[in-house]
Order: sequence, then C-alpha cells, then structure tokens
Amino acid sequence: MEDAIVLRDLVVDRGRRRVLHGISCAVPRGVVAGLLGPSGSGKTTLMRAVVGVQVVGGGTATVLGRPAGSADLRRRVGYLTQAPSVYADLTVRENARYFAALHGRGRADADRAIADVGLGAAAGQLVGTLSGGQRSRASLACALVGEPELIVLDEPTVGQDPVLRAELWSRFHELAASGVTLLVSSHVMDEAARCDRLLLIREGRLIADDTPDAVRAAAGVSDLDEAFLRLIRASETGAGVAAGAGGEAS
Amino acid sequence: MNPRILAVTTGRILRQLRHDRRTVALLLVVPALLLTLVYYMYADQPARSGEVSTFDRIALVMLGFFPFIVMFLVTSIAMLRERTTGTLERLLTTPLAKADLLFGYGIAFGLAGAVQAAVASALAYWLFDLDTAGGSGFVIMIAALNAVLAVALGLFCSAFARTEFQAVQFMPVVVAPQLLLCGLFVPRDEMAGWLQAISDVLPLSYAVEALQEVGAHAEPTGTMWRDVAVVAGAAVLALVLAAATLRRRSG
Repeated sequence: MEDAIVLRDLVVDRGRRRVLHGISCAVPRGVVAGLLGPSGSGKTTLMRAVVGVQVVGGGTATVLGRPAGSADLRRRVGYLTQAPSVYADLTVRENARYFAALHGRGRADADRAIADVGLGAAAGQLVGTLSGGQRSRASLACALVGEPELIVLDEPTVGQDPVLRAELWSRFHELAASGVTLLVSSHVMDEAARCDRLLLIREGRLIADDTPDAVRAAAGVSDLDEAFLRLIRASETGAGVAAGAGGEAS
Repeated sequence: MNPRILAVTTGRILRQLRHDRRTVALLLVVPALLLTLVYYMYADQPARSGEVSTFDRIALVMLGFFPFIVMFLVTSIAMLRERTTGTLERLLTTPLAKADLLFGYGIAFGLAGAVQAAVASALAYWLFDLDTAGGSGFVIMIAALNAVLAVALGLFCSAFARTEFQAVQFMPVVVAPQLLLCGLFVPRDEMAGWLQAISDVLPLSYAVEALQEVGAHAEPTGTMWRDVAVVAGAAVLALVLAAATLRRRSG
C-alpha cells in the first residue's frame, strides 16, 4: 500500500526566512510517527504543510496518495492545532457534535470521541471554564471525531497528567493498529520512545527518520535523548557517526 | 455549499449566542431604552398638521439602524475570534465550504437581527404609538435585511483587523458615514451634490428610503422593492468579497 505521507524536497519560506529546507521523508500507513524537535524547529510548519493549510515554496507533499490540501482529503485528514481551537462559548459536547456533523457523523460518535479523551464527566461544561489540559483534550476530541485516515496532532499531550498521557498514547496505538496513521509532534523525549517511527527535525532540516531502535543503534547509545544529541552534533560537523540514521535512511 | 453543513453551522453560531445571556439581553433591551429616550425627547414637540411627527420619523429609521449597528459589531468580533483562536483554520481543513460559514453567519445573525427588530418594533407600535401607513411586517423585513447587510460587511471588515481594538474601530469607519448620509439628518435631495453622490453608493441610504416608503404608503411601492433589492445586492456583494478574504492556505 502507498505511504500515508510522502514529502519530496519540501521547502517553506515565511517572509524572508526559510523555515523548511527541502525535507524528504515517507510515513507508512498504520503507524504512530513522532515528529520531534526543539521549539521553532519547523514542526508546526511541516504539519501545516501535510494538512494543506501552509503555502509551500517548493517540493511536494503527498497525503494518502493525493496532493496535500486536496478537497477530498478534508474528510480523510484530522488536524489538531497546537493552541486548542474549539469554541470557548460552547460546551465540550456541543463542540464535538458540531465537528462530528461537519464530517457527517452523529451524536454517538461525538460522545465516543469525548469519552476517548477522558472528558465524559465534563461533557456538559463550557470549554471556556475548563483547565488548559482539558481544553486541549476537548480540541483533540474534535480532531478524532471524524474518524480520519490520517490524524495530525500538534503537541497533543502538553499539560496532561501522566496517567492520562499514557491513556492517550495507548489510544493512538489502538488507532494505528486499526490502520489509521498518526503524525504526532512532541518535544518530550520520553514520548519519542512510544512512537513506531521518529522524524527528528532541527532548524528546518530532517536529521533522523527511522524507528526508535534504529536511531539508538545508529547513535550507539540506549538513551534517545543522548542519541538525538549525538545525531545533532554529527549533522552539524557533517561527519558521520550516525550516517545510517541521517537524511532519508529507512 | 452543503445544506446540512450550513444548517449545523447556523445552529452552532446561534448556540454560541444563546450561551451568552448578557449579550442577548443587551441586544433586546438597549433598542427599547433608546426608543424610550427618543420618545420623551420629542414628546412635547407638537406635530404640525398634515406632517409626520418627529418621533415617528426618527423611530422608524432607528428600527432599521439597531440591527445594522449591532450585527456589524457582533459579526466583526465573532469572525475575528474565529481567525485568532484557530477555529477558522481548523474549519477550513474540514469538508465545510466557505459559503457554508459565511451564509451560516448571515442566517444566524440575520435571525438575531430580525428578533431584535421585532421586539423593538412591537414596543414602538404598541407603547409609543408609532404610526406607519404600511404594515409593520415590512419594517421588520427591512430591518432584518439591514442585519444581513451588516453581517456581510462585518465578515469582510474582520479580515482587515488583527485585534478586537482594530475591529471595533471599523464601526465608525463603515457605519457612521452611512448613518450621517442616509437622509435622516438632512434629506438627501437637500444635500450638496457630492454628498448626494456618496449617499447614493451607500447601501443604508436605500434601506432608509425603503423604510420611509413603508411609513408613507399603505401598499408596498415599486421604490421600496427596488431599494430592498439594492440592499440585498449589496449584502451579496459584501459576502462575495468576504469569501475572497478566506484563504485555506496561509503563509
């Protein structure tokens, strides 16, 4: 089966600044792919390009076999923005039902999505009265409710308690097991270990694209944090302690 | 455009409004208070025989003003929120069409404007003895149309504001000249030629003329229908312009 996401030499400029410097990678279907990198490295821009809301300066982004942003992808791709984008003056349930309805889904689907993110007890509450973590889960429910084939999540677990974070990750893996592809950004390295594949991005360049085990092996250390540090240093000096894990290796 | 998506979007916008009880109360009470003020301002001024009383003349036009001013502000802020909170970007990644969103706002706030106009009209007719030759239904229809026009202008103008402060500043820019030149303060045919020319291209002038036609004639006149068509056309034009400001891709 074709890959869920294929990027070829993707270039994005913002103003005069180049944010993505020709990124090429492929994410197979049915995996949880982690997009990792420090703040400002271009994670959000890359996700926006995949969803098709980013003006692209060069290269191509192909999603589920179609150019990113194609009209028919709008019912097949779910997107969670970094800042919770739900209506603060509606309840959690009203938000979920609205986004469900946009995707042609019913009330039962909305209620299931709310339960999946652990907000069942707060379903009748106005989003504006929720805590930050609850609000971002309400936003997550609205991204899951359309049962998309590709789910793009920009830092979905920030501010969540550890138990809930573990629950969300197991939910992500359940979805992947059912054939859904997830692209999840994070800057927390302990989440990297939970991904099936890792994309490490720094200053708009991809410096690793592999499984967590392969990344560890390439760097020669067991700690992912340390492995990333070595890959970053290697990419900066241009020397190849991590030749196998750099660029488009798979 | 998809009728189901349009319907759920309209419902969502009305639900947001319903949760904001204070705004709903203000929408309904403020016109009543202002009409009361105007009524007592002119209560002691005797009407010259054969002429429409000053209160009737002003109140009729005010009934058209309220939804226009209020819905412009409400829409500008609502749409700005959609842009700044990221809900607009998210909506544009779903199967929702731009027209679903724009017409959803037009219908939802158009309805809100119609309710506002109906309440204010009921008060004006029953409590303050407003007298119009034509039916009150036409007054409410024209007021509701003003609301739709204001929504369309608000949707368009919100694209040029980055903050709420900027958005409310568009009110004096867009609304005030239309109020001043609509013919309430100085009859349009007594204005200087260049003012008349400006007044001729401002849609509210036609809405006010339509209301005055309802005030003066028992049956709807051709002029009134022409004016209604002009206002509706201006609303559609503003919606098309607003659609052009919605971009699925941004930098």
